[in-house]
Amino acid sequence: MSRKLRTRNHKVVLNRSAGGDTGITIVLTLLGAFMFLPMLYVVLQSLKPLDELWMFPPRFIVRHPTFKNYRDLFTLMNTSWVPFSRYIFNTVFTSVVGTCGNLFFSSLAAYAMAKIKFPGGKTMFKTVRTSLMFHSTVTAITSFIIMSALHWVDTYWAIIVPAWATSLGLYLMKQFMETNVSDAVLESARLDGASELRTFWVIAMPMVKPAWLTLIIYSFQDLWKKGSSIYIHSEQLKSFNYAIGQIMAGGIKRAGAHAASMVIMMLVPIMVFVISQSNVIETMGSSGMKD
Amino acid sequence: MSKKKAVIRSDMTKAQWTWKEIKRNKVAYFMVAPYMIIFTLFTVIPVLLSIVVSFTDFNLLEVPDFVFLDNYIRLFLDDDIFVIACKNTLIFAIIVGPASYLMSLLVAWFINELPPKIRAAVTLVFYSPSISGQVYLIWGTLFSSDSYGWVNGTLLNLGLITKEIHWFKDASYVMPLCIVVAIWTSLGTSFLSFIAGLQGIDHSMYEAGAVDGVKNRWQELWYITLPSMRPQLMFGAIMSITAAFGFGGVVTDLAGFPSVDYAAHTIMHHLDDYGGIRFEVGYSSAIAVVLFAIMIGSNMLVKKMLSKVGS
Repeated sequence: MSRKLRTRNHKVVLNRSAGGDTGITIVLTLLGAFMFLPMLYVVLQSLKPLDELWMFPPRFIVRHPTFKNYRDLFTLMNTSWVPFSRYIFNTVFTSVVGTCGNLFFSSLAAYAMAKIKFPGGKTMFKTVRTSLMFHSTVTAITSFIIMSALHWVDTYWAIIVPAWATSLGLYLMKQFMETNVSDAVLESARLDGASELRTFWVIAMPMVKPAWLTLIIYSFQDLWKKGSSIYIHSEQLKSFNYAIGQIMAGGIKRAGAHAASMVIMMLVPIMVFVISQSNVIETMGSSGMKD
Repeated sequence: MSKKKAVIRSDMTKAQWTWKEIKRNKVAYFMVAPYMIIFTLFTVIPVLLSIVVSFTDFNLLEVPDFVFLDNYIRLFLDDDIFVIACKNTLIFAIIVGPASYLMSLLVAWFINELPPKIRAAVTLVFYSPSISGQVYLIWGTLFSSDSYGWVNGTLLNLGLITKEIHWFKDASYVMPLCIVVAIWTSLGTSFLSFIAGLQGIDHSMYEAGAVDGVKNRWQELWYITLPSMRPQLMFGAIMSITAAFGFGGVVTDLAGFPSVDYAAHTIMHHLDDYGGIRFEVGYSSAIAVVLFAIMIGSNMLVKKMLSKVGS
């Protein structure tokens, strides 16, 4: 009895055995090594001079680190047929425009679905939620038919417009608004004569900033890693990720440059996540599915 | 704008009432319109179109012929590679889906009680492979088929093997390796959702649990933690399953297309083969419909199973 009372008064961590703690630490370390070592290897490879990349027996650790691979990468970029800046522009442009549109249209729809009761609203949300259950490759071929009917094949639109309405974006935004925007505040804004659009923009949106960031990150990551696409044929419209794949196709001499390009490619999304981690986690707090 | 609640009056039929509600909420329809139009155009219509086209013979150029179930009959009775693809897809999904789900949950639970700074760092370590684009190609370097690949080189050097193993080009290794890589990249959305779910649990529940006789952390997990985060478990399951069916790209990039002896050929590759390369749109739509049914079906099944957690 006294033990129970003690645990109630001091907010101690309950029911923890030393054996369990040790076991957990070991498992976590092993799993962590499995996740981390390949990432580390990418960075080490990018710093290895050519003779270390092709030595036997291969070493995990770099002995004489050099930035030569990065210099090679930039030389390669400058000599490519389509200027490399064009690939970078394509990826940045589609990522930014796609993400902004997604944030705006998904939030707008999420607000209406979360905070206004109207016939059909629930059905619409359920349809979107169901679409979380399948991967978009299932619809790739028929989407292509629609794209060609719209004459969007081989234009930026084919990449950008579908990104404006992602299921995950709307789902997370709607769930977050439901739990974090109070109806009372909205109601009083409406009573003051604010239009629904104004209420959305001035009252609701500032209250869901963590969800914005989450949506921005998901959308951006998705667009950032787009490689070759069945919708794009022209070399001038292809993505950064595609161009990096081409560097690897260059063979043995390019191994170092390729590792360098992978480091650059992974650095951007990782940095974005580091900055926004706490907001993303906060948004995921309301991601749960009740039924 | 008047915001009076429309009440169902006895002199109104349901249809009239609905119509009135629609007019009253005009603005809501304007707000969902842009999203719903794009969503319908690029998600709903493609699904419906796939179903329709799967009953036809269509090559994108000529007018489609209605062939009823021919595509499905050919698929299940006449296409040996599809059978291999089905088998591989299921093996892939059955291993990767649960493995990634359990690993996400376990790691999220392990790190839950760590100090915030350390927790953030560990989260980053586990999460970054899933967001780093094609960084999984490094597995191709580690397991390259010549003696300069780190794994081959190390094994040769230690004398454990006498000849290089052609990892991603060897029918008996390619599938397990792709599964490992897929798991490596799979700690994504569901992982973050679990971390958030665990953080959201009210600490007093654990204290109450201790008073009620919860003895160790496993009981605590089963009786308190998991039931409290059931909504996140549901959401995470859907994200994990959907992802587990979507690793075709990883396989193609590492093992090539088609993979050696079709050893890692999945339904997704089959779909690509007939849709993207041979332009047999009718047939590939039938493949897509089957894959779609498998995805939705397994999600439903898992949702049912999860409703039993902690009971």
